[in-house]
Amino acid sequence: MKLSREEVLHIGTLCRMSLSEAELERFQEQISNILENFDILKEVDTDNVPPTAYPIHLQNVIREDKAAPCLPQSDILANAPHQEDGYFRVKAVLD
Amino acid sequence: MNLYDLTIHQSHELLKKGEVSSIELTKAVLERISQVEEKLQAIVTVTEELALRQAERADERIRSGDSTPLTGIPALIKDNMCTKGIRTTCSSRMLENFVPPYNATVVEKLGDAGVVIVGKGNMDEFAMGSSNEHSAFFVTHNPWDLSSVPGGSSGGPAVAVATGEAMYSLGSDTGGSIRLPAAFCNIVGLKPTYGRVSRYGLVAFASSLDQIGPMTKDVTDSALVMNIIAGYDPRDSTSVNYPVPDYTKALIPDLKGLKLGIPREYFVEGMQEGVEEAMRTAISKLEELGATVDWEATLPSTKYALAAYYIIAPSEAMANLARYDGVKYGYSYDGENMWDDMEKTRQFGFGPEVKRRIILGTYALSAGYYDAYYLKAQKVRTLIMQEFQQAFEQYDALITPTSPTVPFKIGQKVDDPLQMYLSDVCTLPINIGGIPGLVVPAGFCDGLPVGMQILGKPFSEETLLRIGFAYEQATGWVKQRPPISERENDAS
Repeated sequence: MKLSREEVLHIGTLCRMSLSEAELERFQEQISNILENFDILKEVDTDNVPPTAYPIHLQNVIREDKAAPCLPQSDILANAPHQEDGYFRVKAVLD
Repeated sequence: MNLYDLTIHQSHELLKKGEVSSIELTKAVLERISQVEEKLQAIVTVTEELALRQAERADERIRSGDSTPLTGIPALIKDNMCTKGIRTTCSSRMLENFVPPYNATVVEKLGDAGVVIVGKGNMDEFAMGSSNEHSAFFVTHNPWDLSSVPGGSSGGPAVAVATGEAMYSLGSDTGGSIRLPAAFCNIVGLKPTYGRVSRYGLVAFASSLDQIGPMTKDVTDSALVMNIIAGYDPRDSTSVNYPVPDYTKALIPDLKGLKLGIPREYFVEGMQEGVEEAMRTAISKLEELGATVDWEATLPSTKYALAAYYIIAPSEAMANLARYDGVKYGYSYDGENMWDDMEKTRQFGFGPEVKRRIILGTYALSAGYYDAYYLKAQKVRTLIMQEFQQAFEQYDALITPTSPTVPFKIGQKVDDPLQMYLSDVCTLPINIGGIPGLVVPAGFCDGLPVGMQILGKPFSEETLLRIGFAYEQATGWVKQRPPISERENDAS
């Protein structure tokens, strides 16, 4: 199965990443080829096998709700491309 | 012997006796960097001023008798671990100018131990790659053959250790990123058990697979670094509260009473003959040292690991890398509107391999494909973990090659992602299983290094280090250093 140009374009939208024409073409080819090789997983009988998300058993890791100092606002904003009055600045989200 | 060739434990002895100072060690390493770095391209940022300041402080500590085995010894940190006030780029345009406001826990721990940081190591962008060719800045060269890759993604850290640009490094390993470059550069690399070392401040690639570990000149050094960096950290909710032993106590030079299995699935078709030969010789050596070896061990699901891994890792990566939106930090594109800013920030900020994996992961998680890819891969993960578990009921450790081949040429695989992914075929099952893996030098094939991989059950690092240590003492492959200075003379 080969991914269509539209499918790759759609995935790009899902992960908010523009792609050039050359990239669309290349990824169409390469991702299709990779996925084809992953078809090998269809051989594995996993009917009664539970999925594993983490290699260690963890459930609801919680800590005591204790106040502690955090980094100063100015440190956090120091890397911001655009800031104003102590906020991250972005262009209008809604027109 | 040059000062930059010393191991951590040799340096520590000299420092303790007052025969050398941290300033001298640090200057020797910085001098070495200035001599060989142009050829090797292993370091993104050299932190000379900081290193000298830390060395001065370390010398005071040593004089006052308050030193640890790492005090005053120059180290390189892979450039995906946050270093307060020192830019941390992940070898990506996206973070080219990012200066973290805090330290990773491992950096903090090394700091408390009196570290001297000489720089930040080059890597495949966001740790995605097996050759270091995916660094957005420059390609690191293998010191054993400058036209070959050093392995990845911790290629810079590995090369630095092999050539004396640092006494040791910290690397990170998601599918082999410590172990493959360690094997390719003839050094020792340890990927600890998942949860053994805190990931706080490690820029996330695939959160259920990532683990930080030491890259060192020998096994004793590996144990010494583990003594400092291992342990529970409340700031990493996946770190495990399990006692940290003194790893150096595990270093005994015989293997009596140990049962080793050789999983036949790791001796794959297409394996380089010389690599197989080196492995067989290494395994007989382990037998001579007192271990019992069973060549019939089997992990049948190994052949599915690559596919499962390259679904799970990109899926986790696409979620982790969603944070790079050009708003909070990093590269930011100034476009027509907010969405245009974000979409082009990601288009121009990420390199080709990172984009490929984001696309792959997004696809595997998207509606209609989630069950067939992501969920299926997670189920296969369960099977792979169960097989490891069963194997470790029978064996104290498993012995495998680290890679089916010796280092490949720069440019050979970079345009063929699937071929590149296959370089990790022997290392990535270990991350799927969350188990520890130690790589030690095990000989040469066509003049290039071969690494032996030693695997154990969760939290069995001591057993792995013992096997590595006994083997290293009996063979001495680990003492071989790349002929980088001779090469220099040849060229002139």
